[in-house]
Formats: sequence, structure tokens, C-alpha cells
Amino acid sequence: MESLINIFVKSIFIDNMIFATFLGMCSYLAVSKNVKTAMGLGIAVVFVLGVTVPLNFLVNEYFLKPGSLAWLGKDFEKVDLNFLQFIVFISVIAAVVQLTEMVVEKFSPALYGALGIFLPLIAVNCSILGAALFMVGRPYTLAEATVYGLGSGVGWLLAIVALAGIREKLKYSNVPGPLKGLGITFILVGLMSLGFLSFMGFKL
Amino acid sequence: MKFLRNILDKVKPNFEKGGKYEKLHPAYDAFETFAFVPNHTTPAKGSQIRDGVDLKRMMVTVIIAMLPCLLFGMWNVGYQHHLATGKAADMMSQLLIGAWVIIPVVIVSYSVGLGIEFYFAIRKGHSVNEGYLVSGMLIPLILPPTIPLWQVALCTALAVVVAKEVFGGTGMNILNVAMTARAILYFAYPVSMAGSSVWAYLGNEKAVEGYSGATALGIVAEGSANLTKAGESFQGQGVAILAKADDWSKTTLFSDWNMFMGWIPGSIGETSTLMCLIGAVILVATGVGSWKIIVSAFAGTYLMALLMNGLAMNAFMGLPAHYHIVMGGVAFGIVFMATDPVTAAHTETGKWIYGFLIGVLTVLIRVFNPAYPEGIMLAVLLMNVFAPLIDFYVIDANKQRRKNRSKKYVTA
Repeated sequence: MESLINIFVKSIFIDNMIFATFLGMCSYLAVSKNVKTAMGLGIAVVFVLGVTVPLNFLVNEYFLKPGSLAWLGKDFEKVDLNFLQFIVFISVIAAVVQLTEMVVEKFSPALYGALGIFLPLIAVNCSILGAALFMVGRPYTLAEATVYGLGSGVGWLLAIVALAGIREKLKYSNVPGPLKGLGITFILVGLMSLGFLSFMGFKL
Repeated sequence: MKFLRNILDKVKPNFEKGGKYEKLHPAYDAFETFAFVPNHTTPAKGSQIRDGVDLKRMMVTVIIAMLPCLLFGMWNVGYQHHLATGKAADMMSQLLIGAWVIIPVVIVSYSVGLGIEFYFAIRKGHSVNEGYLVSGMLIPLILPPTIPLWQVALCTALAVVVAKEVFGGTGMNILNVAMTARAILYFAYPVSMAGSSVWAYLGNEKAVEGYSGATALGIVAEGSANLTKAGESFQGQGVAILAKADDWSKTTLFSDWNMFMGWIPGSIGETSTLMCLIGAVILVATGVGSWKIIVSAFAGTYLMALLMNGLAMNAFMGLPAHYHIVMGGVAFGIVFMATDPVTAAHTETGKWIYGFLIGVLTVLIRVFNPAYPEGIMLAVLLMNVFAPLIDFYVIDANKQRRKNRSKKYVTA
């Protein structure tokens, strides 16, 4: 239990997807113009991460890892499907994203419209695949992998709503012309990661 | 004053439209404003109440609130100098040594920062803002006395441009400028910002036998990392570590009283909790600083430290809660940084949340993060990042509440 809490807190603050690994930047920068939409996309990412990471964990454990097909019989003991990792992971992610898209369209058409192209693009959001690959590299159990996925998602959500909050306030700022839009956002994200440096090196 | 007015009036045509130095008008305007605005007073007859407070006066109030810290810092630099070199000296010479060290830092900070402000104002054709008056004084106060002057200039320039001017100048920045300057130096030149050799100005003299100039927080952080006996209670260990570390000074340097008064090594202006509290009283009495942030941040620090002390999982957590308030820069950070009206939360409920979280985060960073003995700097920066979000949800909740209320009346 303690290690689960540790992993959760760690993946939110210390290994924050945005500020520590700089993954998932494209939708992070593009959909952070107002808090409501950012919140919607953030929740979608939390959901997708929370589902795909354990799914990919199972896929990896029972299909892809060297020797993981042993449950099929003796002949398969030596089979190593690891080279399929990227393709399989991405397909799992794409399938889950399709599902999320349908759910969002059914229950919140307004959010569906606001997110636009970025909802299907979650499938190629690098933080999602990144989390799956980080998970493979670490000795997690199924429960830990789920918590890790959820934690990474919550970290991403926190980062995007914080940025959206600032960008809403930024409307009243007098940003020099050439920096308007993405330019100032890049500077902003840099400054924000300065704040998030406070968690770097936390010992839990 | 008449004399100054005459000079300004004499050169004024040069800076007006069509004059020789038309482009430099913002610079002229800044000097004129600084000396003569606001110049309206309440009329002798009539009932209009007019308060002469403007941005400049607010900034000057903050500087006045900082003066106790500055003067005490000056004396303390000299005091630490004599303590480290093992010599006796009277108060005046200590003050002089401190002035000798600090005044160049203040001059560099102001000239670089104001230079950039003037440049941007002239370039963009708006008037020079007074915002830098405070940041320029804050930056020297949160640096160690041995800081090289070129580093002061570098961090000031970077912070003013990247954290403030790109957002449009005073009142538009997201992060506190002075804290950003310190953070930039902290991560770029850790050697001159941390460790045990930067906190006392030695000059050309040698330190006494066994001298370790570490700050109280540094000592506890290091001792706590070395002390990892399992199964034993860490209660009170932090105080014991502190008591062992001050042999060189031949006094009990790190008692809680000394840390409250501030005669300990540390950044120039932050050591004395007492002086910070005097500053807090000035800020609150004049209405410049928010008492809600100050109270809630101190409460957050104290309660979190109390909780950590109850858990006592390492020596740092074993420190009594009130030590966390008097040690390091937490008082200075809360009084002068967290209350910055631009970067703090703007809503009244938001201020309580914002301040409280600063306190909580400060203690968390101190006890859990061996990389940073001091937590207030990054806690303030992090909460600056989240302040607009807090405001958003406070306002949102208010909207929701009023909507629900009106609905009730409509249906009834």
C-alpha cells in the first residue's frame, strides 16, 4: 500500500510528464487556452492513461515479454515477440482512445466540439506511449502499473490546468507582438518547470 | 524641491514632441513622476476625500518595510564576519563592514534592473513602471553576502527580462521577479548560492579553527542525511545536530532565540524573523500586504511542521515546529515574497488557500528533499504558478453559488 502511494505521488509531482520528461507537449500547448477545455482533455488523458497502462502491462506480461507465451504450451517457451512492442502498444492505445472519443461524444458534445482534433490525437500523445514504455522498464506489478498510469495522468492534468489558468490571466498582459501566442507559452512553461523543480530529488 | 522642479522644467522642452530627445521621453517622465506625482492634495473646502496612494507610494511603503531587514542584515554581515574570524569589534565597525559588502550589491541590482526597465519603456514608448523599486531591493536581501557582483547583474537581467518584461512589465508577471532571480542563480551557480562557505564575508582574513559557516537549515539537512539509524526515535535529534555544529563560534549560535533574533549566518536580509515581523506589521498596517496570506502561510508552516514533528521519520522531521518558522528565510519569504500583490492569488478565499499551501510546501520540501535545505523559494514559485488556477476555481465556485441561489428563487 505504501509503495502504491509512493508511486502515485512520485508520478504526479516528481516524474511529472510535462515538467520532468517533457512528454505530451503538443496538445499541452495547443489545448491550454481555457481552463474548462483543459480540464476536459486532462480528464480524458487521465482516463486513457489509467486504462492503457494496465492493459499494456497485461499484453506485455502475457504476449510480448521473452518467454511470456509459456502459457500456450512448451513449444512457445522460447518465443520472443518483443519486437512487436511499439506496434501493439500503439494499437491498444488507439483502441482505447476510440472508445473514449465515443463516450465523450455521447455524454458531452460540447466538450467533444471544443477538443476537436486533439481528442483523437491523444492516441499519438507521446505521454501515453511514454508511460507505457516507462512502465515496461520498471519492475511494476499490475496494481502498481495502474497507479502509475493514473498518477502520470493526474500530473499531466495538473500541469495543463495550471497553464490554462495562467493563460486566461495572460489575456490581460501586454505581451510584445512577436512573442504572442506560442512564444510566450514556451517561456511560461519554462518558468513553470522552475517552480516544479521543487520536487526534483524528493526522497519518499 | 523648487530647485529640482526648475531643472526639470528647463529640460522639459527637449523631451516633448519635436524636441531633441523625444524618444527618451519615458525616461524624463520617470524622473518627473518620481519626484512630483501625485501632487494633488485635498482642497481646503469641500468634502472630497482623496487618498494620494499610487503605485509608487505602495512600492516605497514596501521598501520602508524592508529597511529593518536591510539594516539588520548590514549589521549581521559584519557580526558574522567578526564571529568567523574570531575578533571582537564594536557595533559601528560591524555596520560599516556590512555596508561595504551590501551597498555594491544593491547598486548593481538597481542599476541593471532599472537600466533594463528604462530601455524597455523607451523602446515600447510607455512610461517607466515603479515595480522594479521593490524587486531591486529584494534581490540583494535574498542573496548570500559573498555573491560575486557579476552574478547579481546576470540574474537580475535574466529575471527582469524573462519573468517580467516579456509579459509586458510591472503588474503582468506570473512569477515573483526576485524569487525568479534567486532561483536562476541557485540552479546556474550552486557553488556561490549554497554550501557552507558562502554565508559569511571573510574578506582577506582567515576563519577560526573548526569554522563551518553553514546555515541552520544546511546543518540539519546534512546531519539528517547522515543520521539514518532505524528503529530509533528522531524526536529532538534536529536540535541536537544544531547544538553540535556551533562549537567554532564559542557560543550557542543556533538556539531558537538566536534564530528568531537573526544573528546567525544566512542570506543578507532573511536571517532575522523579528525584523521580518516588523516589516509585516508595516505592510499590514498600511494595507499594502495581505494579512490573510501572511497569517495563513505562517499557519501552514506551523501546522505542517507540527504534523511532521509528530511523524518524526528523520532528524529533520524531529525538529520542533517553531524552529521551522525561525530558521532560514521562511519569514522573509512569507512577508515580502508571498504577499506580492501581482503574483499572489487575487481573490480573498484564494489568498487563504495560496498562503496555506506555501507554508505546507515549504516544510515538505525542507524535510523530504535532501537536495534543497530551504523550501520557501521554490514553494513561492510553485504557488505563483498555481495562483491563477486557485482564483479561477474560487470565482467559478462563487458563480455556481449565485446561480443556484437565483434558481431557488425562480422556482419558488
